[in-house]
Amino acid sequence: MKIILNGEAFKISENTNINALLSSHGYKDKTVAVALNGNFIPKLSYEAHIIKANDEIEIVAPMQGG
Amino acid sequence: MSKEWNIGDSALSSRLFLGTAAYPSLDMLQKSIDASKPGLVTVSLRRENAAGSGQGFWNIIKQFNIPILPNTAGCYSAKEAVTTAEMAREIFDTNRIKLEVIGDDYTLQPDPYGLLDATEQLIAKGFEVYPYMTDDLVLAQRLVDLGCNILMPWGAPIGSGRGLNNIYALKQLRTRFPDKILVVDAGLGAPSHAAAAMEIGYDACLLNTAVAKAGNPALMAKGFAKAIDAGRAAYLAGIITAQDQATPSTPLLDKPFWHQEKKA
Repeated sequence: MKIILNGEAFKISENTNINALLSSHGYKDKTVAVALNGNFIPKLSYEAHIIKANDEIEIVAPMQGG
Repeated sequence: MSKEWNIGDSALSSRLFLGTAAYPSLDMLQKSIDASKPGLVTVSLRRENAAGSGQGFWNIIKQFNIPILPNTAGCYSAKEAVTTAEMAREIFDTNRIKLEVIGDDYTLQPDPYGLLDATEQLIAKGFEVYPYMTDDLVLAQRLVDLGCNILMPWGAPIGSGRGLNNIYALKQLRTRFPDKILVVDAGLGAPSHAAAAMEIGYDACLLNTAVAKAGNPALMAKGFAKAIDAGRAAYLAGIITAQDQATPSTPLLDKPFWHQEKKA
């Protein structure tokens, strides 16, 4: 199924949770935070959140800022 | 004069808040932090790629052990800002958030309505909101009514280097909110601008571009730190009132060659 990850389209398997998505896309053990369809998802909820078709996921990390 | 002061439960070592963006290199950013010893450093969040481009930056910032002030830069709605703040709280492990809700692309002027909306939501979620705002008195009052203990009016538009565009309005805020922490945020260009803000009683200055884009960022950072200290000392000492006529500073009594006026 198709999802949007950081603005780009990807295909992933059904029944993928956020933990699995982070691992399969190279974010494991990185300092990141996640929003799903515009809503913040706490780390403790990654396992429970199953990604659905056409979900929009943002994965962010620390960056320079003023 | 001790430089340490507090915001809430946080002890800060300086009244300079330094941004971390737009430096020529990460090495120059480190040198600028080293040279100025800021009380807070601001950081942001951006989409991360699988290569992990943000991780190196964060590893550098962490080693300074300076309190972090994450921002919501680039957000144009309360919803975006609230979600960004929640992500920042998890990553940076702090309730502090520099709340930016931008309302105009050209001036990067904050959207006062979005700012109030987001502030209300974030305070309800337990955040310590540092609102980036215009110098509008009524907006300041609304933010205080919502529970803000800190107000961060702009000096001038972000990155403009214009200094304090409306010192009258900034003074009004100081007068009307004597118990709130006031920080001039954005628009400063020269250390003298920061000193001027501190001389009228502001508690701190937040700046980024003026240092990052200077010919020698580390030296400019040091200059700003000194100016902020100087302005603070002047405020605490009490600045004399300006007057139009001269007043001799050297006593005239018994000066040599004094000629008593002869009476006719």
